[in-house]
Amino acid sequence: MIVSRSKDDYARLVLPHLAAAYRLALWLLRDPATAEDVVQDAAERALRFIGGFRGGNERAWLLRIVRNAAMDHLGRTRPAAELDDETEDPGLSPESALLCAERAANLHEAVAALPPKLRECLVLRELEELSYRDIADIAGIPIGTVMSRLAAARQKLMAQTRDLRP
Amino acid sequence: MTAPACTEFSLLLQADHDGELGAADAARLAAHLATCPACRAEAESLRILSHRLRAEIPPATLPPGLAAKLGRRNRGFSVRSQTPGFAAGLAFAASLALFVMPRRPPDLAAAAVADHIRALQPGHLMDVLSTDRHTVKPWFAGKLDFSPPVQDFAGVGFPLKGGRLDYFAGRPVAALVYNRNLHVIDVLIWPGTAAPRAGTTNGYNYVSWTHAGMVFWAISDLNASELREFAKLWQ
Repeated sequence: MIVSRSKDDYARLVLPHLAAAYRLALWLLRDPATAEDVVQDAAERALRFIGGFRGGNERAWLLRIVRNAAMDHLGRTRPAAELDDETEDPGLSPESALLCAERAANLHEAVAALPPKLRECLVLRELEELSYRDIADIAGIPIGTVMSRLAAARQKLMAQTRDLRP
Repeated sequence: MTAPACTEFSLLLQADHDGELGAADAARLAAHLATCPACRAEAESLRILSHRLRAEIPPATLPPGLAAKLGRRNRGFSVRSQTPGFAAGLAFAASLALFVMPRRPPDLAAAAVADHIRALQPGHLMDVLSTDRHTVKPWFAGKLDFSPPVQDFAGVGFPLKGGRLDYFAGRPVAALVYNRNLHVIDVLIWPGTAAPRAGTTNGYNYVSWTHAGMVFWAISDLNASELREFAKLWQ
């Protein structure tokens, strides 16, 4: 019953988590049209890899595929060196990222202005409420790195939030 | 967090805040917090930040066009499975399955989670869409042979979203739908008594209890502690 099981699995593993998939894609890419493309790409990959799902948190499994699809997309459109930059957003020059962070009018903008690797951990923990283990699996990093990135993201936001209005 | 001794507690504070701290570290942290106002303030800052992030950043919603397109992909898949070679393979696999599959008693927890996942498919979640319990409760009249208790917990962060009629455990049941931030909570209700249960299946948490002659099952991808908190509100 391999094929019909896959169909059931798609309905069970992928469909309920599409909204979470779209939210993550949007946070990573910050453009609705690109996020839609990446979610579609991720859903196709999920369909292909579904037989390899070995149990566990299926939302985390799908988000990992979304994350990889988003990174592949960024890799195609931006130089690799920028993606590895730990400190600044690849989409912005260092100066404009700094200005953006300083001028963030609200918390949403402040989160969007975080360096991508910090933003990813923060969004998965605070907004998607995933465990350290799940975030480590999604981002492909050790749990210790999840904790330090999360701490760095929160310190940056706490430094700014005092001035940010709801 | 200015004293050097506090640096080692920084990640512990955060892990505690995120519900990820083991018992031994939790005890060590509690002892430190009792004597350190700076770390207590840091813990409070973490709490405020989390609260603000969840309150001030509305979750993006899935564009309806995308949801429809990806839902259709599922049907496309089933069409492809009907090629003759596959069909023969399926029939053979099915005949094997008859002998191989162990017969298991129906598991209510797995069924409740499956029901919840089915309800999450677009268009299945709610038959009556209202945040007013005085609208939701009468809606069930005439559809069920009992009157389910309908409560709204919006004041404590679990707003009622609506309800639907479901067929579960061999009988029609009332299903109420609540939200907690991004999460959807289904509550299935029918008359009877059952031993309380709690656990996790397929990444979804469930809690069941009996109260005032009714059996309740709450199912959600919400974390287990908040789901228990929700269950307590009913009892």
